[in-house]
Amino acid sequence: MELFEHLALGFGVAFTPINLLYCLVGCILGTLIGVLPGIGPVATIAMLLPATYALPPVSALIMLAGIYYGAQYGGSTTAILVNLPGESSSAVTCIDGYQMARKGRAGPALAAAGLGSFFAGCVGTLILAAFAPPLTELAFKFGPAEYFSLMTLGLIGAVVLASGSLLKAIAMIVLGLLLGLIGTDVNSGVARYSFDIPELTDGIGFVVIAMGVFGYGEIISNLSQPEHEREVFTAKVSGLFPTKQDFKDMAPAVLRGTTLGCALGILPGGGALLSSFASYALEKKMRMKPGEVPFGQGNIRGVASPESANNAGSQTSFIPLLTLGIPPNAVMALMVGAMTIHNIQPGPQVMTSNPELFWGLIASMWIGNAMLVILNLPLIGMWIKLLTVPYRYLFPSIVLFCAIGVYSTNNNTFDVWMVGIFGVIGYIFVKLGCEPAPLLLGFILGPMMEENLRRALLLSRGDWSVFVTRPISAGLLVAAVLMLVIVLLPAVKSKREEAFVED
Amino acid sequence: MNIKSQKDFFSGLMFMGVGVAFAWGATTYNVGNGARMGPGYFPLYLGVLMSILGAAITFKALTVESVGGDKIGRWAWKPLILIILANLVFGVCLGGLPSIGVPALGMIAGIYLLTFIASAAEAGWKVKNTFILATILAAGSYVAFVMALKLQFQVWPAFITG
Repeated sequence: MELFEHLALGFGVAFTPINLLYCLVGCILGTLIGVLPGIGPVATIAMLLPATYALPPVSALIMLAGIYYGAQYGGSTTAILVNLPGESSSAVTCIDGYQMARKGRAGPALAAAGLGSFFAGCVGTLILAAFAPPLTELAFKFGPAEYFSLMTLGLIGAVVLASGSLLKAIAMIVLGLLLGLIGTDVNSGVARYSFDIPELTDGIGFVVIAMGVFGYGEIISNLSQPEHEREVFTAKVSGLFPTKQDFKDMAPAVLRGTTLGCALGILPGGGALLSSFASYALEKKMRMKPGEVPFGQGNIRGVASPESANNAGSQTSFIPLLTLGIPPNAVMALMVGAMTIHNIQPGPQVMTSNPELFWGLIASMWIGNAMLVILNLPLIGMWIKLLTVPYRYLFPSIVLFCAIGVYSTNNNTFDVWMVGIFGVIGYIFVKLGCEPAPLLLGFILGPMMEENLRRALLLSRGDWSVFVTRPISAGLLVAAVLMLVIVLLPAVKSKREEAFVED
Repeated sequence: MNIKSQKDFFSGLMFMGVGVAFAWGATTYNVGNGARMGPGYFPLYLGVLMSILGAAITFKALTVESVGGDKIGRWAWKPLILIILANLVFGVCLGGLPSIGVPALGMIAGIYLLTFIASAAEAGWKVKNTFILATILAAGSYVAFVMALKLQFQVWPAFITG
């Protein structure tokens, strides 16, 4: 079995002391930011990118990946104990998790979330390992026309599956694409939109955008709201282990959540957030057993399923990144940046040119999941203490880490001015109800899209029909159009709005 | 004319304005044609697309009813200015401003300044607590960033270390 050979290679890489250490660091940081509301994986990964310059690429990616899936574990703790989503993907966990905590069943809720996530993580990793090679084969058949269509599908998928206004989300993508074009055009050497500022000819750093819009924009809008009274169920976490009945109830829910999460994670625009929403909706549709606690009043299925789904989704969203080089969500867009920093061009060639990186990263995810279960269940007390730290002490620290991160990217004050500007822009986005995630995705894909469009049209001598006459490209475009049509259907439209207003 | 959704109305205007600006900027570069795309080709069409989207959003905001008018609400000027200022001051501390002769004060001083400026964004902050927080952050950053990660920073004021 080739799969086992690959995994053996991967574990060989992942089990070296330095990679184990960075995996642990990533998992701890991920849990930390997962537990803390008001800071997400996008801002954290952006902050830590500069710090990974000095690391070997494998270790850097292992750590950054750990932050993403680690955050899915940590987010549930806050959701269950404080009724605040520590991570946006844990928003639905609040509903039943908090009710369980109020009934003195915080322990089983935490255990359901942790064990469900672990199971989902193991399955997600296996799927990633099994599906990556065939998809990579397919990717080698892709020409520029296919890549352009694939990116179009990815971007459309990202807005269709995201919450909020469709038109605004598409406009945000276009804005992102345009911002991505700022800087020197690789083909002609013309510095576009640089206003004769030498630093701008290199383009805007994506760390600057991610940090300004996600980090500062959110801190400012958090501060403008009065602090919520936090009621932490610290004393009541006793009897961590679920009863036999709990296991019986949650096992099928975990399975369903994992399946759904794995499938939705691969989709463009998918990932942890979408998976958790979808799986909670699915659980609510399932028939209730007699004597089961209704949803919204502490049903363990309402915790186990979305928590499994968000972890499965966060693992499988690496598939499009590692095989096609196309990031399906904002976190993966940052991973593209991380790979580029280390001179690795994301795409199908990674698997053959850097097999130890590819399989090492995958294997590390399994190890990371095992670490996270230990971090989050037996050591839960430590994280609960952290929740009692008021926001007043947290946000200056976040501001500081952002500032250090920005400055150390290029050791240049220019980036500091830029992040200030993007902080203001980020706050404007919050005020105008424009979601920033599509912008970041567009920003990363902008130059790639232009390059592939240019190549495709050059090969076809300016004939646009190349996108519909090549079968794979046509199929991808049809899928993109279908997605748009489906969400615009009145019946689906109202359901979509309903699904995201779940609270 | 009645604005049915304030948020959409102004975001539509923003997209239109930025779209037009980008498209106009693109025309100053060589646009070329499909077979030989110039540097202006892609941004020109994206700019046009964005202006159209912006117009559609604005139009929708004037016609489609929304709950409670979708008000933008009050701007949080204080946190906005203080948080951004904290970041800028920190940058100046690290890099200095040679053009107007401000020396680099270094990371440690920068952390104290940043913590105080940022903390002031929240009502009810206390000098003593903020001072303790800044001290912890300064010590922690020194260990993590300077000693462990060996990032190249101006740690102490430039006029002391030279």
